[in-house]
Amino acid sequence: MSHSSSTVPEFSTPTGDQPGQGDENSDHRREGHVAIGDAKGGPAQDRVFAGVTLVAGAIILVVLAAVAFFLTWQASPIFGAASSEVTGGKGFLSYIWPLVVGTLIASVIALLLATPVGIGVALYISHYAPPRFAKGVGYVIDLLAAIPSVIFGAWGASVLAPKIVPFYDWLSGILGFLPIFEGPPTATGKTILTAGIVLAIMILPIITAMCREIFAQTPVLQQEAALGLGATRWEMVRMTVFPFARAGIISSVMLALGRAMGETMAVTLVLSGGPFNPSLIQSGNQTVASEIALNFPEAYGLRLNELIAAGLVLFVITLVVNLLARLVISRYKEFSGANS
Amino acid sequence: MSIATTSSKLIGRQAPRWLPLLIGLCALILGAALSALIGFSIGLWAVFAGLIFVIAGPVVVGMLEGSRKGKDAFARYLIYGAFLLALIPLVSVIWVVLGRGVPGLSGNLLGTSMNGVSGVTDNEAAQGGPAYGGAYHAIVGTVMITFWATLMSVPIGLLTAVFLTEYSDSNRAFRWMGRVITFLVDVMTGIPSIVAGLFAVALFVQVLGDPSARFGFIASIALSVLMIPTVVRNTEEMLKIVPNELREASYALGVRKWRTITKVVIPTAMSGISSGVTLAIARVIGETAPILVTAGFVASINFNAFSGWMTTLPTFIYYQIMNPTSPTNPQVSEDRAWASALILIILVMILNLAARLIAKIFAPKTGR
Repeated sequence: MSHSSSTVPEFSTPTGDQPGQGDENSDHRREGHVAIGDAKGGPAQDRVFAGVTLVAGAIILVVLAAVAFFLTWQASPIFGAASSEVTGGKGFLSYIWPLVVGTLIASVIALLLATPVGIGVALYISHYAPPRFAKGVGYVIDLLAAIPSVIFGAWGASVLAPKIVPFYDWLSGILGFLPIFEGPPTATGKTILTAGIVLAIMILPIITAMCREIFAQTPVLQQEAALGLGATRWEMVRMTVFPFARAGIISSVMLALGRAMGETMAVTLVLSGGPFNPSLIQSGNQTVASEIALNFPEAYGLRLNELIAAGLVLFVITLVVNLLARLVISRYKEFSGANS
Repeated sequence: MSIATTSSKLIGRQAPRWLPLLIGLCALILGAALSALIGFSIGLWAVFAGLIFVIAGPVVVGMLEGSRKGKDAFARYLIYGAFLLALIPLVSVIWVVLGRGVPGLSGNLLGTSMNGVSGVTDNEAAQGGPAYGGAYHAIVGTVMITFWATLMSVPIGLLTAVFLTEYSDSNRAFRWMGRVITFLVDVMTGIPSIVAGLFAVALFVQVLGDPSARFGFIASIALSVLMIPTVVRNTEEMLKIVPNELREASYALGVRKWRTITKVVIPTAMSGISSGVTLAIARVIGETAPILVTAGFVASINFNAFSGWMTTLPTFIYYQIMNPTSPTNPQVSEDRAWASALILIILVMILNLAARLIAKIFAPKTGR
């Protein structure tokens, strides 16, 4: 209320200037005077402030355009370069494809592991845990998201990798006939499967956070109707919660996929990379992000452009995945009416 | 429940309440026996016992109460199991960081840089000599880079959120613009952190014409690309929940829109906004990849974000693990890395906690 007294005089008397407001402002004020009669137009200061907020919004547009522009600009030399000058000596495409495949392998492993667990945890928080307890549980899972990726990487390399070797031995013994579990497994445990597991832990909070919000939005009447008709709790979840949340689950998984593909440090520290290798439990394979992080600090000349081009490829892939996810989400919101 | 104990024709058979306990006990014993056959370890025991419980429990319940109840029990056990499974890495990470980090914490680590610390000094430390070298320069770098990133992202993010909530409905062009910005903020959230770093480097290489341009401010640019969408999102949410009555009361007193926003709307949402900003800082302070490609790596203290290389806590941890100062005695470097990891985790947790406290303590008073 206190500020109203200082602003009201501004309308009535142009001479009632407050100290600290210069001539420039009184110019606007005369304009403002005209505008008062006109219900639509606002005073000039209003227009200036609206303009400032618009500029801030426009900066976001500019930044995204700049990301695309400068990455392309700095990457462009590689597309004109002779194929012998590119790392590997066979041109950019044959350099990038094993990296893209490695990225896909690691993120698909992460998704396969994280999706069921993430949905389970989200269901636990939204429908199974005692209500008083559920909030705290949600906070604990959020803590998982707060831990920096480099710490997950260090943990994966020094704790998880050595411990998981016996499991890989067992896996190659039983399923060794499959090319993806072909032995002998590496003795250090630093494989793409380990990296995928660490990635799964890192994307788990994303899936959980989104799913639990959507699960909680399920219409209560439908749930109560199902229970009232004698459904067990699981039948209620299957009949009311899942149909309601299906699109939301899909988009949360795709957002998590985008995150997993762009995640760098966990893979860099956990994986001892190399050329493409179909076996998940041997060393080898590399992801785009990890390749950049490992080589960029020492890169110069054309190698610099090459790594930026790799970054551009990663940017485009994650962009497409995220756009698809957003598309699903926006459709979902219209259908459910949950956010209206 | 008391009805269930007396046999009623209206209620089906119910398993006794102590049944899960009994099955759990059996699963533990059987699991121990099975794991002993292969070679006993706690992990193996837990895996076997868990599997037996999840399979046998629903089967028994299904036999007593019917298959629908059995399926229900199966789903319930799986969901509880998923939750417990998710806790394992969290507990393990915190346990390991505490266990390995606490011994390395010292005034040395907090107060000195790595300047002059070489493989020789580390070898001596491994022989029992004093351990020199610390993460002071990394803490300085983290603070400086995050400071500049915050300074850039908060005004942009805040004003964008104001535009989205207060202005984007005012006319058709603004509405279109608002929709585009909302969409782009979503897109920006998905930019991988390393791509943000590459963008910042590509930008400065282009502008300065120097392919080896690396300094702290470039990293700040990269971090603000990651930070702006978080700030916009959180602030937008907070501005949206400011009651419309407050705005209308202000307009009714003849207060202009921009004064209403700066004096009524934003102060009302201030606690939520600052909590959101704190969370955004917590998110970027642990970023490694963008710093790695933008700020270089250095062993000495650098307060100037606009010239010279800089180290942050995450890159310090990364390099201490990947390139130990003394390759023959990596243990000394690893100790430093884990102690720094502990500092970093504490920093992030404090920021998260602060965000919650700010939101709670400075929330606008609703009662009269």
